[in-house]
Amino acid sequence: MLGFAVRRLMQAIVVLLVVALLSFSLFRFVGDPVNMMVGIETSIQEREALRERLGLNDPIPVQFGRFVVKAAQFDFGTSYQFHQPVSELFAKRIPATLELSFMSALFALAVGVPMGIYAGLNRESRLSKLFLSVSLVGISLPTFFIGILLIFLFSVTLQWLPSYGRGEVVKIGSWWTTGLLTWSGLKALIMPSITLGLYQMTLIMRLIRAEMLEVIRTDYIKFARARGLPDRIVHFRHALKNTLVPVITITGLQLGALIAFATITETVFQWPGMGIMFLQAVQNVDIPIMSAYLLLTAFLFVVINFIVDILYFLIDPRLRVERA
Amino acid sequence: MSDVSSKDAKGPDAPPGLVARIIDSDMFHSFLRSRITVLAAIGTLILFFVAFFAPLVAPHDPFDLASVSILDARVPPFWMEFADPRFPLGTDDQGRDIISAIFYGMRISLIVGFCSVFLAAALGITLGLIAGYMGGRVDAVIMRIADIQLTFPAILIALLVDGAVHGIFGTLNREVFSFWILIFSIALSFWVQYARTVRGSTMVEKNKEYVQAARVIGIPSSTIMIRHILPNVTGPVLVIATINLALAIVTEATLSFLGVGMPPTQPSLGTLIAIGNDFLYSGEWWIAIFPGLALALLVLNVNLLGDWLRDALNPKLR
Repeated sequence: MLGFAVRRLMQAIVVLLVVALLSFSLFRFVGDPVNMMVGIETSIQEREALRERLGLNDPIPVQFGRFVVKAAQFDFGTSYQFHQPVSELFAKRIPATLELSFMSALFALAVGVPMGIYAGLNRESRLSKLFLSVSLVGISLPTFFIGILLIFLFSVTLQWLPSYGRGEVVKIGSWWTTGLLTWSGLKALIMPSITLGLYQMTLIMRLIRAEMLEVIRTDYIKFARARGLPDRIVHFRHALKNTLVPVITITGLQLGALIAFATITETVFQWPGMGIMFLQAVQNVDIPIMSAYLLLTAFLFVVINFIVDILYFLIDPRLRVERA
Repeated sequence: MSDVSSKDAKGPDAPPGLVARIIDSDMFHSFLRSRITVLAAIGTLILFFVAFFAPLVAPHDPFDLASVSILDARVPPFWMEFADPRFPLGTDDQGRDIISAIFYGMRISLIVGFCSVFLAAALGITLGLIAGYMGGRVDAVIMRIADIQLTFPAILIALLVDGAVHGIFGTLNREVFSFWILIFSIALSFWVQYARTVRGSTMVEKNKEYVQAARVIGIPSSTIMIRHILPNVTGPVLVIATINLALAIVTEATLSFLGVGMPPTQPSLGTLIAIGNDFLYSGEWWIAIFPGLALALLVLNVNLLGDWLRDALNPKLR
């Protein structure tokens, strides 16, 4: 177990270093950092002084080493457009994105899992076929268009839900803000979470359905039935439990995807998260924010993958025996 | 229905050529059996037709400034009050006909989709062939890059590439270059799947006798890869390409919607939706909703075709 965790950790660090190299080259070689920071009327001497102060005249490996050390301390330099430290800008916006991603994952699981179980157990029923067709449409509708449709229906036509922003937020601790504690904050979360989570919901539903169909045919389920166990126990204790391994893997990977896809949902709903800031950075070629976002999402991905791998290990006893 | 009936008409008296073989094949039978696939094929053909012949089919040229009048702005679709029979689905804020804009926009969306899928496939197949055939360190490097890239969603890669390329070339030429940058960024985010598939089948093929025979008589590696292995590994690529076409169209629309894709002067479906999104709150919903529905219809049809193709070519499911 420990050896497995250490091996995984080493792999994760290598991945992070590669991504760091990428985001360093983004910062260093796309456009000239000095030209981006100063105005047109800055003299050549001042430019050279700034270049020296930023350490841009040092050998590239030294610069990269410094970049990694600084990134490990969450120091990503200063944004070209806002002239504020990138880490402060991100700290202000991370809670919004994480809250949105978490609620979407919750929605996807809470709706997708029961639908998948039902469709897997009642393969021929009308409702299962309806679920499948709806999921196909859900996959075909682009995320942003689902958001627009929801806004059109619930904000513009029915005027039930707000179409932009987070509503009222409550401050917890020094920097975390949450909309979960106020009525308007909760109302503001509904549509963005559904928009962001719909694709994952259909994915989880299809996955659980497929896994259930496969498990139900196995001998141990037939045997459990032959022993006269009630359907409830066969379905949930025996069948569902064995479909969980792939579901946890996919859900974990999708949680990372949710954080990245939040960019689109945040744009549609003007959600003040880090995705919308990243998008502005892409449009204005604000490289420090872009490279920080790249590293930050890579970090989240790696952490999530690591947790999933460990969970995998804890859930499936076969893995433990083979590796030990 | 047009493609099906024409093949049927030629079928009986044609010599056992390509057409007869197609009709006799398992795939054609499974195609006809699945009613929804036939519908999807017809739908796709119609959409492709109106898109590629947009200048002939569209009632107006929405980008011909001489024919567009601001007096026709914000006309609602035909069933609403104040509709104008010249504009069945209404007009946008500048008086451009929505249905014509959709046809032209779909053409751009499809061209970007096809080009990026083609480029991604070319890149992925090349790298997959090299990785699978060479093995060793080359293989390790290519596949590790692929693994790392695979942990990020394609849309994020496309956004980053788009931002970086704009950073390198400056933002001045956005109008001219955005088409190519868009294709390039989508292709760069989709190559991994092709590379992995082709690498897998190449590793199987390279140990077969015909490849060893070719190697023994001294044919250079590059020729073996292109002439001998490539034709035997392209089957699965076709399926991936069909499914990826839908994905590429969605990615293109998303990037354009986010404002980093096609500019408003050459709008794709995504750009049209982005333009219409600003008028959603003032009651002119049709400017955004109709292009969106057209996009959804296009993607749904292509997806259905791709699903069928995947099942039909999968020997396990026969």
